[in-house]
Amino acid sequence: MSDMMNDEPLLRVSEITKLYGNRIGCQNVDFELWPGEVLAVVGESGSGKSTLLNCLSTRLEPTSGMIEYRMRDGVFRNLYKLTEAERRLLMRTDWGFVHQNPADGLRLAVSAGANVGERLMAVGQRHYGQIRDTATDWLERVEIAADRIDDNPRAFSGGMRQRLQIARNLVTHPRLIFMDEPTGGLDVSVQARLLDMLRRLVADLGLAVIIVTHDLAVARLLSHRIVVMRHGNVIETGLTDQVLDDPREPYTQLLVSSILQV
Amino acid sequence: MTKRLSLKSVGKSFQMHLQGGLTLPVVTNVELEVFSGECVVLGGPSGAGKSSILKMIYGNYRCDEGQILIATGENGETVLDIAKAEPRRMLSLRSNTIGYVSQFLRVIPRVSAEDVVAEPLIAQGADEKTAVNKARDLLTRLNVPNRLWTLPPATFSGGEQQRVNIARGFITNYPMLLLDEPTASLDAANRAVVVELVEEKKASGVAMLGILHDLDVRERIADRIVDVTNFKQAA
Repeated sequence: MSDMMNDEPLLRVSEITKLYGNRIGCQNVDFELWPGEVLAVVGESGSGKSTLLNCLSTRLEPTSGMIEYRMRDGVFRNLYKLTEAERRLLMRTDWGFVHQNPADGLRLAVSAGANVGERLMAVGQRHYGQIRDTATDWLERVEIAADRIDDNPRAFSGGMRQRLQIARNLVTHPRLIFMDEPTGGLDVSVQARLLDMLRRLVADLGLAVIIVTHDLAVARLLSHRIVVMRHGNVIETGLTDQVLDDPREPYTQLLVSSILQV
Repeated sequence: MTKRLSLKSVGKSFQMHLQGGLTLPVVTNVELEVFSGECVVLGGPSGAGKSSILKMIYGNYRCDEGQILIATGENGETVLDIAKAEPRRMLSLRSNTIGYVSQFLRVIPRVSAEDVVAEPLIAQGADEKTAVNKARDLLTRLNVPNRLWTLPPATFSGGEQQRVNIARGFITNYPMLLLDEPTASLDAANRAVVVELVEEKKASGVAMLGILHDLDVRERIADRIVDVTNFKQAA
């Protein structure tokens, strides 16, 4: 964290707008993301969180605005000016995308080991033994027993599938991970385990993360900064503690006061 | 002595949009200085704004007016204004300059008590073994039974959680510590341990600003008492 001050941002987002016909998906979104920083995007359903995430991760071209990413060579590139080959390479090496539904991010027809190994082969690894060793290592890091490596993810529980999806994303040592409601749809004890694991991995690997969630407790636990969205606009942004402890906008005050206390 | 912290004309109010935009003034024109090696205690009744002042300094609350100047770096050579600090700056201040000791532990699922305590020291760059040893040492001093160390504190009693949190607050090497009623509801033996910990921090040059309701503890550790009721808006 201390060297965070000297770094250049990893991602620069300027004036991103996405319109669906006349309807606003998201509008005039501006922010920068630094290495090692976890940014939570919160807001209710339909607030534009997922539209923004899809624009940022090159899955949905914005109507206007610019997104620049600092490549490993230190040069900022406009994401929507990359060639298709460059974009694909970026997505399978330097980036990860954790979907809410693990089935969207995994290949259910192949084994757990192959799901992890596939990303390694995509970056040029060919030695079967090494790929298998790395895959085993990653399964253990996400707390999946090594003897499940040849099992099909269809035989895994929801929580295990989600952890497998995370291992698949992290195996190439990405610098930026996008997460779309990663704990949604899991029961609470499984959520707690996943959150603790994510928190640890993010800190150990120094990952930058953009996480979309409607769960403010998840944002509190994982994120450094929060962006609050409503009707496609960013209405409040700041340090996570500050936005949650001293919310300024009426809508943010409503969100924070609606949390159930346990 | 280095001036570690100074508040200049600091003011804070809350606007409650859910109550028809009601504005609640909290404090105004706060003037305050804390030097290294001293412990300044905020006095005044509940609701006077003591906690709000600490939370503004730690960045949990926004500061609406004035300046909160903190000296960072080895000898306090760099002075930053927390009231205007961007989130990244505030996070780096929290990792290397300002610590917050409160009575409420925010429990993290599955993390053991000793790891909860060791974590901030590891974040400051200590190796894991040193940090865990120091954590155990503090937990021993604060009378947390060692059969609990490897368990997550979620199921601990209120007093045990509080002591885990105190250990977490004192393990670090921050030059500035904020103490938010660390001794509330502790028994006499544990209060005495906290007094010792504060004395040790003073001796090593740490500047402290605290809220302490225990009169005996306050008498023993406070070098100065600043009455917060002086910072109320003139009615």
